[in-house]
Amino acid sequence: MTQLILFNVTNGLIIGAFYVLMALGLSLILNLSNVINFAHGNFLALGGYLAFTLSPTLGYWGALLVSPFLTALIGLAVERLMIRRIYNRDPVYSLLLTFGLAFVMQDAARYIWGPNGLPMGLPAVLAQPITSDLFFITYYRIFMVTVVIVAVVGLFAFLRYTRVGLRIRAGTFDLETVSTLGVNVRHLRTFNFALGCLLAGLSGVLAAGQIGLNPNMGDELLMPSFIAIIVGGVGSLIGTLFGGLLIGMAAALTTVVYPSASEAVIYAILMAVLLIRPRGLVGEEGMLS
Amino acid sequence: MSMAIASLGGRLPMQAGRRELALIAVWTALLTVPLWLPLLGGYTALAGRVLVFGLAAMGLNMLLGFTGVLSFGHAAYFGLGAYGAGLTLRYLVHSTPLAMLAGTLLGGLAGTLFGLLIVRRRGVYFAMCTIAFGQLWYYLAYSWNSFTGGFDGLRDFQREAINLGPFTLHIEDGGTVFYFFLLAIFAVAVAVMGVVLRSPFGRTLLAIRENERRARFLGIPVERHIWLSFSISCFFTALAGTLYALLNNFADPLTLHYSLSGYFVVMTVIGGMRTFWGPLLGAAVFVVLQDYISSMTVNWMSFVGATFMLVVLFFPRGLLGTLRRRVQV
Repeated sequence: MTQLILFNVTNGLIIGAFYVLMALGLSLILNLSNVINFAHGNFLALGGYLAFTLSPTLGYWGALLVSPFLTALIGLAVERLMIRRIYNRDPVYSLLLTFGLAFVMQDAARYIWGPNGLPMGLPAVLAQPITSDLFFITYYRIFMVTVVIVAVVGLFAFLRYTRVGLRIRAGTFDLETVSTLGVNVRHLRTFNFALGCLLAGLSGVLAAGQIGLNPNMGDELLMPSFIAIIVGGVGSLIGTLFGGLLIGMAAALTTVVYPSASEAVIYAILMAVLLIRPRGLVGEEGMLS
Repeated sequence: MSMAIASLGGRLPMQAGRRELALIAVWTALLTVPLWLPLLGGYTALAGRVLVFGLAAMGLNMLLGFTGVLSFGHAAYFGLGAYGAGLTLRYLVHSTPLAMLAGTLLGGLAGTLFGLLIVRRRGVYFAMCTIAFGQLWYYLAYSWNSFTGGFDGLRDFQREAINLGPFTLHIEDGGTVFYFFLLAIFAVAVAVMGVVLRSPFGRTLLAIRENERRARFLGIPVERHIWLSFSISCFFTALAGTLYALLNNFADPLTLHYSLSGYFVVMTVIGGMRTFWGPLLGAAVFVVLQDYISSMTVNWMSFVGATFMLVVLFFPRGLLGTLRRRVQV
């Protein structure tokens, strides 16, 4: 029983870590640009596939490092060519645009890398369990969680201590004033979108090692990420962080008791939050309204 | 925007004439479908799908185009309508009208209750809540295998002939009789929708869309109006969902998926968000396009996705919106 609980807690931590990484990227874009990026799951898949293609030449570690940045570069191009044109329009257009983009990106991945699942090779060091008792805790799982923690701490430090980070945070509250103060808001939004895609690409590489690759690998993470953002509170990155961990853990622990309700419990949390504390756990009233 | 309001109400004599012309054109086209559609190589089931999706999108447009509130989760109410009708026919009674009533109530009431939770949200935040909540029903239908048929969908139910005393409507065979049955339901629903939108209540929705703050200062209870608009819109979409179940004798989890919500929004935008008939035209374009493309290539997703993006970037007013602008200029 202890082993079962421990197994599911580990799972919850890992699933939660993916939700967090994915939701933080979505949240960054949502806060600054008021755009729900439906294609975020496809940027995740893109990151994974790029790592798959690059790892024969660059090795696993090289691919791990390079492919998130390539994903960010593609995100940057997408923002400059399309997303930026609809910032000042009704939100329905940004939703439709990224919705269409998600279709195209998923189909493109299927066309380039094939419709079937692909395995992502891991270095031998990472593939083995730490002890035979805790066979489910491989070094890879520990490595994943470590990378996510480093990435999240890095992101928050970046937003806290750098000039660009400060502008992004300020822009979340009042983009107009930031613009009047002489900041190039267009560049800021482009950079911010690319940063969100970087996080998606990183989660893609990590997810590929755990579950393998397929063209719609990001889809299952998209909805829980939306819920993580709402539960944590729109407008707050810390909230998104807690929201992601909370629903990841809740889903995993429900699996111990009653496996088929693990999906339902996420929605129960969503409803409870909307009912009792509509602005989310740490969100502020009136954001994005 | 005064133009939009005027053409809806049709008070100005010149515009009233144009409106009647449009009405005659729409109904002539719809009533004569069994005559001309076979000539184009189409089939009547295609026209049935256009009516059903058109009604769903028009229901959504009441919220999106006429209240200015974005729901990206209307497939939930459409799907609940479909499952409500299907489950009633399969487990409870073999009666088409009761199945439609049950499905419409199920979807409409779910929307009404959920609307209470989110009326204070606006913009993308509102949209995000509707998407997330909509997926709840998808997962429920997907995982409750024994009751809903799970991923394979709900089968083993049939639409039943409707007994009207002296004569019987044989809609169970499909074909022309069933098409006219769908058209009759569509006509009644659309007439009700027109009356609602032209009532003082409907005008108040327009006022909220144009300037929410001002409407609030005038003493209009904005939240209650948005909630009612959301609720009524869900009832129409749920009704469309029940018709969809009858059309196919089948309900599957994809009728609840957020992709379908996206399709409804696309239909509305293609046809013209702020026009009454736009969503129906958009549904026709969408259904024909999807039918055609998916028979031509396996990469239909790219084409459909690219179409959405092109519409958003270069054609945001939609067909009727652009047409109306032309005429006015």
